[in-house]
Amino acid sequence: MSEHIITANNLRDGRVVYLTRDEGWSNNPDKAWVAATPEEVARLSGMAGLAAAANVVVGAELIPVIKEAGHVRPARNRELIRALGPTVRTDLGNQAV
Amino acid sequence: MYAYDAYDHALVRERVNEFRGQVKRRLSGDLTEEEFRPLRLMNGLYLQLHAYMLRVAIPYGTLSSKQLTTLAHIARVYDKGYGHFTTRQNLQYNWPKLEDAPDILAELAAVEMHAIQTSGNTIRNVTADHFAGAAADEVEDPRPWAELIRQWSTLHPEFSFLPRKFKIAVTASPHDRAAVRFHDIGLILYNDPEKGRGFEVIAGGGMGRTPFVGPTIRKYLQPEHLLSYLEAILRIYNEWGRRDNIYKARIKILVHEFGMDKFRHAVEEEWQRIKDGPLQFAAEEEVRIREHFSPPAFEDVALSSEQDEKAMAENPDFAAWVKANIHPHKARGYAIATISLKPHGGIPGDATADQMETVADLGKLYSFDEIRVTHEQNLVLPHVRKADLFALWTILSHHGLASANAGLLTDIIACPGLDYCSLANARSIPLAQKIAARFDDLKRLHHIGPLKIKISGCINACGHHHAGHIGILGVDKKGEERYQLMLGGSGAEDATIGQITGPGFDEEGIVDAVETVVNTYLHRRSEGEEFLTAYRRLGPGPFKEALYGAR
Ligand code: SF4
Repeated sequence: MSEHIITANNLRDGRVVYLTRDEGWSNNPDKAWVAATPEEVARLSGMAGLAAAANVVVGAELIPVIKEAGHVRPARNRELIRALGPTVRTDLGNQAV
Repeated sequence: MYAYDAYDHALVRERVNEFRGQVKRRLSGDLTEEEFRPLRLMNGLYLQLHAYMLRVAIPYGTLSSKQLTTLAHIARVYDKGYGHFTTRQNLQYNWPKLEDAPDILAELAAVEMHAIQTSGNTIRNVTADHFAGAAADEVEDPRPWAELIRQWSTLHPEFSFLPRKFKIAVTASPHDRAAVRFHDIGLILYNDPEKGRGFEVIAGGGMGRTPFVGPTIRKYLQPEHLLSYLEAILRIYNEWGRRDNIYKARIKILVHEFGMDKFRHAVEEEWQRIKDGPLQFAAEEEVRIREHFSPPAFEDVALSSEQDEKAMAENPDFAAWVKANIHPHKARGYAIATISLKPHGGIPGDATADQMETVADLGKLYSFDEIRVTHEQNLVLPHVRKADLFALWTILSHHGLASANAGLLTDIIACPGLDYCSLANARSIPLAQKIAARFDDLKRLHHIGPLKIKISGCINACGHHHAGHIGILGVDKKGEERYQLMLGGSGAEDATIGQITGPGFDEEGIVDAVETVVNTYLHRRSEGEEFLTAYRRLGPGPFKEALYGAR
């Protein structure tokens, strides 16, 4: 199966975040915990559910990614734009950090 | 302008306090997201691609300087220094924090604004002709009627859970600037030579997945029965509108499936039952509301001075701005000035906090403290003395607000699309920018003449692509952004749904396609013939041939 990560929005400020290997949340997909097997995917989904229940994030979702030159890149266009920020305002969103 | 009475103030303040409590409980975990989501949506707070988004209602597109200054202040303090004016005469903030939302709503309430019913299956913000109260061609100012509808529809207990959202637009001019035939209900106030002042009522128009030009349900309605008639329509819709399928839930589908005769019959029957009840509108009530909209104290000023002529002769840029952005006013010596939010390379409808403040100040200085928001994502100063136009233009120029393109090809409507919107299939804004860059020559723009391009990033049609002279719809084709081209639409009094030309294009291809269409028009137009007229005369044939070659 293709590789997946978990994305969500911070509850408090709405920022786009990714579930990390240390079970925290980062706005950098490179730091995301990448699941490659169905077992890992199930484990990540479980953790995302817990984080949502703990009111840290909202809208947690599993998304496919591509690993490229040492970077983790969301596979779908929509998720790529989410990861960076508006393509017409490169001073805003995670790309501005 | 309408000023809140004690009841309006209390209602909005209570709502802010209620929402403050709800946000607190959400943040502390007492409310789950599932429980909280409908509550935040009732207060206009969405979750979009990158962040929360707050949609603020601007009833019938009218703002005071103080209100616009507050919108600028909110953009600066709580958001990223800008706001986005939408095709529904609303303002959207793209980056508010959940924890700040109650404070933002409190700031809005202090200037008689709110975000109630900017989401959900309710009667949404009532829109109106953005030249209302100023246009030379109107019967009377339609905003008192829009305000009456606002009061009736705000928190109307019976219509809080309609099958789907519901949009009403009002105009009082034969030239429709409010796209009334593309609304769930459209109202045209006019003077009938025999019966006097009355409304033509349109029901079941709309865009989206299944576009319909709204048919007339009643050719003439006495104004005092406006609310009872609207209530009757809403009741029939609320009872019979489909709730099983979101794509078939709008009133347009009900009207279409029933057929207008059956639908009208049901409405009239209900109306007969309620028309002489409490919703009947007393003449004093109209007077009371109309007082809020009494025209400003226009001076009787000279028509146009030699000085203006000289300024235009010496400044071709000013002359171009006057030609495109100035419309006739009902008062002698006054003009309506459109402030284009479509600078070349800019984002349609976006205004920075500084720009909003500038326009607010100019509104105070030159337009009796009034500003309007148009569904075409521009701002308007409705009452400017002609003698002040040059001074106004000079200040606008210094703030990047003097684009002389109102109603021209680069005055493009574009929805937020995939740059912001979580429902989008494709981006709209970069396309608007690329088209604007391709036609970056003011002389060429003026040579082409009136031409409306409208772009939506998905089938929901927030960018009104069906009603564009040239309409563009973004689609997702196997993960790639593609664009469909439509020609011949109109949102005006000659409302028409555009026709798809054929296979879609990629991003570069669609910009070329727009140019091909424009060039075809330029080659084939007759003297003084505008794009839409030429398209209607020629039909799609020559355009298709130019786009796809002879088949
Ligand atoms: S038309 Fe679609 S993409 Fe554009 S704002 Fe509306 S829902 Fe979003």
